[in-house]
Amino acid sequence: MFSIEVNHILKTYGNRAAVNDVSFNVNQGEIFGLIGPNGAGKTTTIRMMMDIIKPDSGDIKVMGEKLNDNSKNKIGYLPEERGLYKKMTVIDSIIYFASLKGVDKELARKRGEELLKRADLLTHQNKRIEELSRGMGQIVQVIITVIHEPDLIILDEPFSGLDPVNTQLLKDLIRDLKNKGKTIIMSTHLMNDIEELCDRLLMINKGRAVLYGSLAEVKSKYRDNSVLLEAVGELGTIEGVTEKRPHNGAMELKLDANTTPQMLLERLLKKGIVVNRFELATPSLTEIFIKVVGDEHE
Amino acid sequence: MNMNKTYLLIKHEFLNTVRRKAFIILTLAFPLIALLGILAGQVIPKMITPSTTIDKVGYVDQVGIFTRSLTENKTELIPFVSEDAAKAALEKKDIKEYFIITPGYVATGLIQRYTLTSEIAPSDTVQGVIKDFLLNNLLNGNSAEIVARAKNPLSIASTTLTTAGTPATRQGGFSALILPYIFGILLMLAIFTSSGYLLQGLGEEKENRVMEILLSSISPKQLLAGKIIGLGAAGLVQIIVWLVSANFLMKMASAAWGNVIGSLQVPPDFLILGIIYFILGYLLMAVIMAGVGSVNPTAREGQQMSAIFTIPVIIPIYFMGLIMEHPENIVVKILTFIPITAPITVIVRLGLSEIPLWELLVSISILILSIWGLFVLCTKLFRTYLLMYGKRPDLKEIVRSFREA
Repeated sequence: MFSIEVNHILKTYGNRAAVNDVSFNVNQGEIFGLIGPNGAGKTTTIRMMMDIIKPDSGDIKVMGEKLNDNSKNKIGYLPEERGLYKKMTVIDSIIYFASLKGVDKELARKRGEELLKRADLLTHQNKRIEELSRGMGQIVQVIITVIHEPDLIILDEPFSGLDPVNTQLLKDLIRDLKNKGKTIIMSTHLMNDIEELCDRLLMINKGRAVLYGSLAEVKSKYRDNSVLLEAVGELGTIEGVTEKRPHNGAMELKLDANTTPQMLLERLLKKGIVVNRFELATPSLTEIFIKVVGDEHE
Repeated sequence: MNMNKTYLLIKHEFLNTVRRKAFIILTLAFPLIALLGILAGQVIPKMITPSTTIDKVGYVDQVGIFTRSLTENKTELIPFVSEDAAKAALEKKDIKEYFIITPGYVATGLIQRYTLTSEIAPSDTVQGVIKDFLLNNLLNGNSAEIVARAKNPLSIASTTLTTAGTPATRQGGFSALILPYIFGILLMLAIFTSSGYLLQGLGEEKENRVMEILLSSISPKQLLAGKIIGLGAAGLVQIIVWLVSANFLMKMASAAWGNVIGSLQVPPDFLILGIIYFILGYLLMAVIMAGVGSVNPTAREGQQMSAIFTIPVIIPIYFMGLIMEHPENIVVKILTFIPITAPITVIVRLGLSEIPLWELLVSISILILSIWGLFVLCTKLFRTYLLMYGKRPDLKEIVRSFREA
């Protein structure tokens, strides 16, 4: 069973299709990345998954059924637009929102204190939300998102506005959750986060799905025939190499269509070149992102 | 499960409201102010020490029949033979003022009065003393009882009868009106404050961006119902505090001000109907405010728009005179049936006359139906515009979203 099945959802505002015929599935226990530039339709897609707005057509199944009161309790949702009751204290906020997810008060307090301690915020538990810094408030909100130990966690741009320390804290937390078998869906426009954390991804641009699959699949699809090389000695001209350019202290060699990386390595060795590093050049997600989005622009 | 979450929300909204400083102050302000007024009524008369000096008022009788002089209410009347003598005494300040009973007095009633200080009108004391003096002399030869009765000839005791000839439960009058009148205003205040909290709460949740988190746990209907009931319960607490304290205060007031306002009476069905109309009036305003709160991005913008709906609630206050004098007028009936004006109208009418049962039933039915209808519409609006931050939809868009929803 998939954690989430999205089938051909469509949402239009006026004449503009915010989400246009998007379909994807999220497997249980994986970290799924929803990526795309600002305004691509990520948040609209997530809000439809949460049944906050209804799609014009298409359907969404959460844990095998339409979202209902019971399945809502098994989901933790961190919206992009963040906010809590300003006048409430940290611990009261945690307990109140946990109670709306069906967690009793004492358990919520116990778990809340543990999570606050881990985030080094335990001393702030009786402060009002309005007294916290933006980053702290966001961490409290993340705690509220996972306080009821949901099976499925949806994080909309979770790292925006966090300093490096809190970013690391949140990444560790996400990995922990994955290790416990939880399913995580996160949207972001920061490709590094996806490369670091995600198993599979969906890229949307202008409301349409443009890339979908595992990180390795996506990367291999956009791999061009080139290798990264670090070597001692002058290379000179090598048969089958059409272009040479420096790449992070190494040399990126583009190969012509008749040459495989294996053939290149043999040729290098024959020439007596000492090879320190030899790897297939895979484009970074950022490069793919720019390439795909750039192509769409044209 | 479903009910449980709504209950949690009701509890949260209720506690959040009753803990607000503004709510506590408003709830206690009415009984405290009334209490102060009553205490003042008991204390102030004792603080005013009666003056011991006797005012001397001169008079000149040009008719010749006013021979019986008078001293009463710390005023002494002194006869003078001529106007010049009286004027001289006034200039020497032997007397405070004098008056002349002109020769044509019996036909014209003209009394000419001369004083050293300017004043708006002769004081009640002076007028009373002069009147008593004139009556004493005019009725010379009658018994003391007759003279006393002539000075105070009328003391009306009216009784309203039912068609069966027995005394009606409502006797009307100022004392019966005062309570409904005060309660009409308090009811309005309670409806406005609690529906105002709803509007403010929705606006804050939009501004705080809490809405989306709430909606990830509960449905828009649960959210609206929880808010409306929670805040309504807080308003009900306010009304009950006022009603209960009114009971005590009225007994004190009757003791303290009894001679001024008569004994205050609470119409028998006043409490029950007061609570019913508070609940219905509040629910009506609450769903309207929920709709206003949904389409407006901030609490402040919402408050501006809400004035359109709050002003009609006050309309019965403008018609107060009509309701008092002609409770059976067709306009009054119409005000009883229009949902938005019904609560205040009914409360004020209750103090004056029996409202026919059918009118109450029609009024309550119309209220309930419009509350239900508006609630359905508002949940649709709520869902559509809840997450639209920063811009208010125009009327055309709202109408379209009703049709689409």
